[in-house]
Amino acid sequence: MKDNDKWRKIRKLFLVFFRIGAFTFGGGLAMIPFIKREIVDSNHWIEEEDIVDIFAMVQSVPGVIAVNSAIFVGYRVAGMWGAVASAVGVVLPSFIVISVIALFFSSFKKVPVVARAFEGINAGVVALIITALVQLIKPSIKDNYGWAIAAVVFIIMSLTDISAVYVLLASAVFGIAISYINRRKGV
Amino acid sequence: MYKLYLELLIIFFKIGLFTIGGGYAMLPLIQREIVRHGWLTFKETIDIIAVSEMTPGPFAINAATFVGTRTSGILGATFATAGVVLPSFLIVTQVAKYSERFKDQALVRYALYGLRPAVIGLIASAAFLIARTTFFAVSNGQGHLFSGIGNILNAINWRAIMIFAVALTASLKYKVHPILLIIVSGLLGIILYSI
Repeated sequence: MKDNDKWRKIRKLFLVFFRIGAFTFGGGLAMIPFIKREIVDSNHWIEEEDIVDIFAMVQSVPGVIAVNSAIFVGYRVAGMWGAVASAVGVVLPSFIVISVIALFFSSFKKVPVVARAFEGINAGVVALIITALVQLIKPSIKDNYGWAIAAVVFIIMSLTDISAVYVLLASAVFGIAISYINRRKGV
Repeated sequence: MYKLYLELLIIFFKIGLFTIGGGYAMLPLIQREIVRHGWLTFKETIDIIAVSEMTPGPFAINAATFVGTRTSGILGATFATAGVVLPSFLIVTQVAKYSERFKDQALVRYALYGLRPAVIGLIASAAFLIARTTFFAVSNGQGHLFSGIGNILNAINWRAIMIFAVALTASLKYKVHPILLIIVSGLLGIILYSI
């Protein structure tokens, strides 16, 4: 690959992921169709059947789907600098918007009508989280072990000060142990 | 000041490293770390969720930028945001490099078998803790919530519960978009808390 060609690709990666970062609200799974359209359909950087594997892979490691996908695609298309350009591109729009909001937020919230609006919005946020919860139960919990893990984690996180980090590590170890036992039993 | 930048970088690196399952899964961890360090109050962390839903970008990233800006300006925001993205960067570039071998890792699959339900528990706990703050007005902060039936009834924030019921129905039954849902909740808040 010629050097010029590589830098052209890196610049393009930055611009494409900047656009993806700017137009996907709420994050998470909502970004997947956008990423697919830009990466597979418009730029032909990745094959259609590979992109599904990529989404599955980046979801199984730490991080946010949109950012992980950007880093993965960037790396595949143009190496380490491609990954950097894509990561910066996808994060930059929200970085700009949120830092501006954060600068003015506390004075903004002192306006009585805004304070009342946020009392209502907080109640709406609880509804949003419960909706996400309901939607995630089916793909996440497959059997009674799953329900047990979810219940124990809920109780620990709600009633104790134990860090989510330890809870997640314990859950991973538990998942591995149960899987090995199941496999030995031939289930 | 440099100590604060470093602290932001480290704490958000930790948050980024344990952000599994995306979205709201890491709410308890993020909220606890932010409150523990005195960067924001618990109520302010709920505001970030609302702001995050109305603006581009995922919650974990937005929380980093927000907290960084509030505690130490744009430079703080840069450190916090870099911190939350860095674990992804280190891990995903390795995965991209060796993806063929990674794809069928039984161990990864087995770990996820335990992690996915744990994420459900985490989100449920986030919902519970936020609901407790939102639906019960414990004004003095001492939290003698259960000192009497009358006190409980007084502490219940009926307006918030009404808005919650409307929002939950709209969201679960009619699949109303989150941004629209937030706008409507805000309008209901303005109306109900003005009367």
